[in-house]
Amino acid sequence: MALSAEESGRLAGLLAEHTDQVVQRWTELVATSLRGRLSQAELRRQVMELHASMITAGESGLTDLDAEAAAELRAVLAELSQGRARQGFSATETAASVFTLKDVLLELLEIRQGDGALRDFVAFSSFVDQMGLFTFETYVRARESLIADQAEQLLELSTPVVKLWEGVVAVPLVGTLDSARAQVVMERLLQTLVDTGSPYAIIDITGVPAVDTQVAQHILKTVVAARLMGADCIISGIRPQIAQTIVALGIEFGDIATKASLADALRHVLRLTGLETPRRQSRREL
Amino acid sequence: MERVPILKIGDVLLVSIQVDMSDQTAIQLQDDLAERIVATGCHGVLIDITALDIVDSFVGRMLSTIASISKVLDAETVVVGMRPAVAITLVELGLSLNGIRTALNVERGMELIAASRDEDAYEPDGDDADAETTATA
Amino acid sequence: MTAGVDLGAPRTQAIRSDEDVVRVRQLVRTVAVAAKLSLVDQTKLVTAASELARNTLVYGGGGTVEVSTVQNDRRRGVRIVFADSGPGIADLELALTDGYTTGGGLGLGLSGARRLVDEFDIRTGVGEGTTITVTKWSR
Repeated sequence: MALSAEESGRLAGLLAEHTDQVVQRWTELVATSLRGRLSQAELRRQVMELHASMITAGESGLTDLDAEAAAELRAVLAELSQGRARQGFSATETAASVFTLKDVLLELLEIRQGDGALRDFVAFSSFVDQMGLFTFETYVRARESLIADQAEQLLELSTPVVKLWEGVVAVPLVGTLDSARAQVVMERLLQTLVDTGSPYAIIDITGVPAVDTQVAQHILKTVVAARLMGADCIISGIRPQIAQTIVALGIEFGDIATKASLADALRHVLRLTGLETPRRQSRREL
Repeated sequence: MERVPILKIGDVLLVSIQVDMSDQTAIQLQDDLAERIVATGCHGVLIDITALDIVDSFVGRMLSTIASISKVLDAETVVVGMRPAVAITLVELGLSLNGIRTALNVERGMELIAASRDEDAYEPDGDDADAETTATA
Repeated sequence: MTAGVDLGAPRTQAIRSDEDVVRVRQLVRTVAVAAKLSLVDQTKLVTAASELARNTLVYGGGGTVEVSTVQNDRRRGVRIVFADSGPGIADLELALTDGYTTGGGLGLGLSGARRLVDEFDIRTGVGEGTTITVTKWSR
């Protein structure tokens, strides 16, 4: 429990009594901590919203931020910290927007100087701490979901399957391949084979710095799956280190075609397609 | 019990599996196909599994058996239209469908059958084992 | 046993004939779609269910299947329980080996199905029947 019902009422009273002063001073302090990266008007609106919901909560005799009566206050705090997280402010800067309230309260209580001012300040202060911690937690959650969203977007972006030639698609892999990404890429590659009716796929791993057993297995399984579907895969751009890894791990590439570069792979495919129609070729020779 | 229809298009028997087959239906299809190959003298069998959302070991085995039977009866079997999710699952299941030729779609499957008949016709000594049986073709 | 909370009433299906194996596939597909498994995961689960349902019919002499949606702290999944009161499996390790069969199949039913799901639990004993529980979680 952060503060008693009476203290909570006194906090609401204090805030309500000095509304203009509190809002003014609080906004100034927050603006300083954010070094002018948000407009004064925007900050003032946020501070006023926070101020108002604190008064509402305090008047209802709120003793703890986890209580049901604090739902609105929590919502305002959550919105504030989510906004800060998205705008790229640091956790410290976000929490400062709440903690600066302590300075404001201290200034107000210093003027009053009455009995129990110190006791009140300690109580108010611990409530502000609770608010600050809540802000911090929301901030972390918001950042986490932001990171998860971005990872997903990255997954979408970083796995293009391109048509290289009539009947030939290629997937140039760039960056570290983890198991999840390898799976997504491979599923998309197989789907593209069906959609475009291409019997050849080139998996180019020039841009992949390293592979582990799992990723190598994913690539191998894709090649086998493509064969089951009636398409052939060629792997190109295997770096020397990766070749060493593949041999060291004892991964069997079997009869899968491997080529040094994407260009070599394409040449290989074009030669294959040329050989596939011997009649047409012999007619051309005549 | 449902029966999968077998269509004859030129020199090729076309089977398009449109239903979720029970094991009995699969065995029936295997028998029907063997009979139709002999009755029609067709040299190609095209099995379209575009509509199948799974292929389990039973159906996988049926496809392999059909391919082997038709080979004995001098017909080339090509399985076409396997979905990516089905192919990925078969690999995980450990089913390799040995001896089955595959193509992405019916059109490519037809080309594959035509090409393999061409090979027989243009290079009779390319495959000694086949040469005797194709001599009558 | 495996963790996770049941969501809603499980759906059951008897396995007495070939057609019932088809019905099991369709039931599992419906539940897997509702649980929002990815297409590849749906396909893997339905294939595993098909293998196990056939085993229940062929080796267990028929039985029942129960399909339910489950939820753990992070993910949703589908759980399927196959139960028969057949002769049971004498050598489990052997039965789970790729290529081993007593029924003239490819010997990929049990071992293959195990690779297609995330959790695989089997209880059996000679004369006690066989109960197999599999779970597939959404990614």
